[in-house]
Amino acid sequence: MSTRTKVLWWIGGVVIVLYALFPIAWIISISLKAPSDIANGQFLPSSPSWQNYEDILTGSASDLFLPSLRNSFGICLIATAISCLLAMFAAYAIARLDFPGKRLILSTALGVAIFPVISIVTPLFNVWRQIGLYDTWLGLILPYLSLTLPISIWTMSAFFREIPWEMEQAAQVDGATTWQAFRKVIVPLAAPGVFTTAIIAFFIAWNDFVYGIVLTSTEAARPVPAALGLFSGASQFEDPTGAIAAAALIVTIPVVVLVLLFQRRIVAGLTNGAVKG
Amino acid sequence: MSTTTLPPTEKTEPASAPRKGISDRARSERKLGWLLAGPAFFVMLAVTAYPILQAIYDSLFSYRLTDPDNREFNGLANYGVILSDPLWWQSIWVTVLITVVTVAVELVLGFALAMVMAKALSSIRPILRAAILIPYAVITVVSAFAWQFAFDINTGFVNSWFAWLPGVATDTDWFGDFGTSILVICLAEIWKTTPFISLLLLAGLAQVPEVLQEAAQVDGATWWQRLWRVTIPNMKAAIMVALLFRTLDAFRVFDSIFIMTAGANGTESVSFLAYRQTIARLEIGLGSAVSVLLFVAVVLIAVGFIKGFKVDLSQARGE
Repeated sequence: MSTRTKVLWWIGGVVIVLYALFPIAWIISISLKAPSDIANGQFLPSSPSWQNYEDILTGSASDLFLPSLRNSFGICLIATAISCLLAMFAAYAIARLDFPGKRLILSTALGVAIFPVISIVTPLFNVWRQIGLYDTWLGLILPYLSLTLPISIWTMSAFFREIPWEMEQAAQVDGATTWQAFRKVIVPLAAPGVFTTAIIAFFIAWNDFVYGIVLTSTEAARPVPAALGLFSGASQFEDPTGAIAAAALIVTIPVVVLVLLFQRRIVAGLTNGAVKG
Repeated sequence: MSTTTLPPTEKTEPASAPRKGISDRARSERKLGWLLAGPAFFVMLAVTAYPILQAIYDSLFSYRLTDPDNREFNGLANYGVILSDPLWWQSIWVTVLITVVTVAVELVLGFALAMVMAKALSSIRPILRAAILIPYAVITVVSAFAWQFAFDINTGFVNSWFAWLPGVATDTDWFGDFGTSILVICLAEIWKTTPFISLLLLAGLAQVPEVLQEAAQVDGATWWQRLWRVTIPNMKAAIMVALLFRTLDAFRVFDSIFIMTAGANGTESVSFLAYRQTIARLEIGLGSAVSVLLFVAVVLIAVGFIKGFKVDLSQARGE
């Protein structure tokens, strides 16, 4: 390849990286602007300050932000775990067994995946209040399954189809017990698919805004996106922009780390589940 | 698949084994299949079918949460109220506008991104892949805030950076009227979801047979001709699946609008209208009716796509 085309590729690459990172850089920059500096009309802060981080982590806004961070982690991890467990059994059946209704299950997953969230949430708002699930972790975990379960079933079935299941028999022929064959052969083959599915499901739950804002009212269960949406600053006289940016950056860090560590798998998971010839 | 995984003892069965034996085994396999997949299937139905049925039921009542004693059945009157209200049609127009603009731009941009990723040097491919996943993984609310702050008249830098453009001044209020608000909302949506579309298209690109490309090249086809005559026709299924997903996703737009404009200047989408009726005004009956109408619209779009464009969903199901 000639030097000229190489240079062109590098330019293209830089443009894509800029595209992806520019808004993140902007959030970082604004989170470092002190309140007096927020309206400086420039991209960069005139003098970087940690004040916004102090506000949301230890200061006046911390009792708004920290509980929501705990709620988000707890609720999303539990919802992800439940849907991965359910999807694991379903995907195993879909990939390995022959039974009528296989297509029905996959089509249902597709249907649920395209379901408008707002149509689920309006009736739940009323029912949850009547049965006491309003503003509780369980009250969010249940509807989150409608977000995480379809994609889990899908992605995991696609992964499980690729597993060479014959190896289980081969191990048994070689003298392994059923349990050994399962633990030493099947689990290592299936684990990456399960793990990738869990990451994607977690992203989707982590991203939820509609359920979070409709089905909660206090710090008892309100997740981060909803808390951000309702953030009005430590006092009503203070512009919350800097604090929002700092909080937004903190919740963006975990997903960026996951992306950087597992990018190849996430891409495989996203595309396997959705498009496959 | 199942025949290759059966235990060896069963494989010794003669080919002419009585049908009853096979159906016994098939029956137990069926049972196991539903035993394993049943819970997931049931949970999916429980968390979607039940709420939508409840919404349909609620939508038939005149029911305001602050006034529960006057809850009464009024048939389809809620739907009549909504369909004759200009607010509803405005929200439909906003939703369709955002959907069409974002999906069209994302398709072109996503295709270009996918082409670059497919051809990129192997040394920069991991960097590109990681970069492109970041917008996908960032919370929609965070992305909406980033774009809002950038264009905001007080906190933004856009006005001072782009003051040389006609129509932009240091005091341009982007969220002050309809057109510019929608523009910024669309930009945020496009930034966030183009990566997803480009990954789907990248997977589709990988399926275009290399031999066809080479044959076309040998026959003297230009790059442009190959793109339109070979590449795109061969990945039509992937394009359609990506289009369908993104259209349905865009049609539910809510987060960005909530954050950026809260529906001001007529920028309310259908989802936002349903939210405002139910949660802010506590009109359970009316809100439910809007939710049901949104659901019907999404179903119509999906069916229209599948029937009209012959989208092959077995592709999407990974079969």
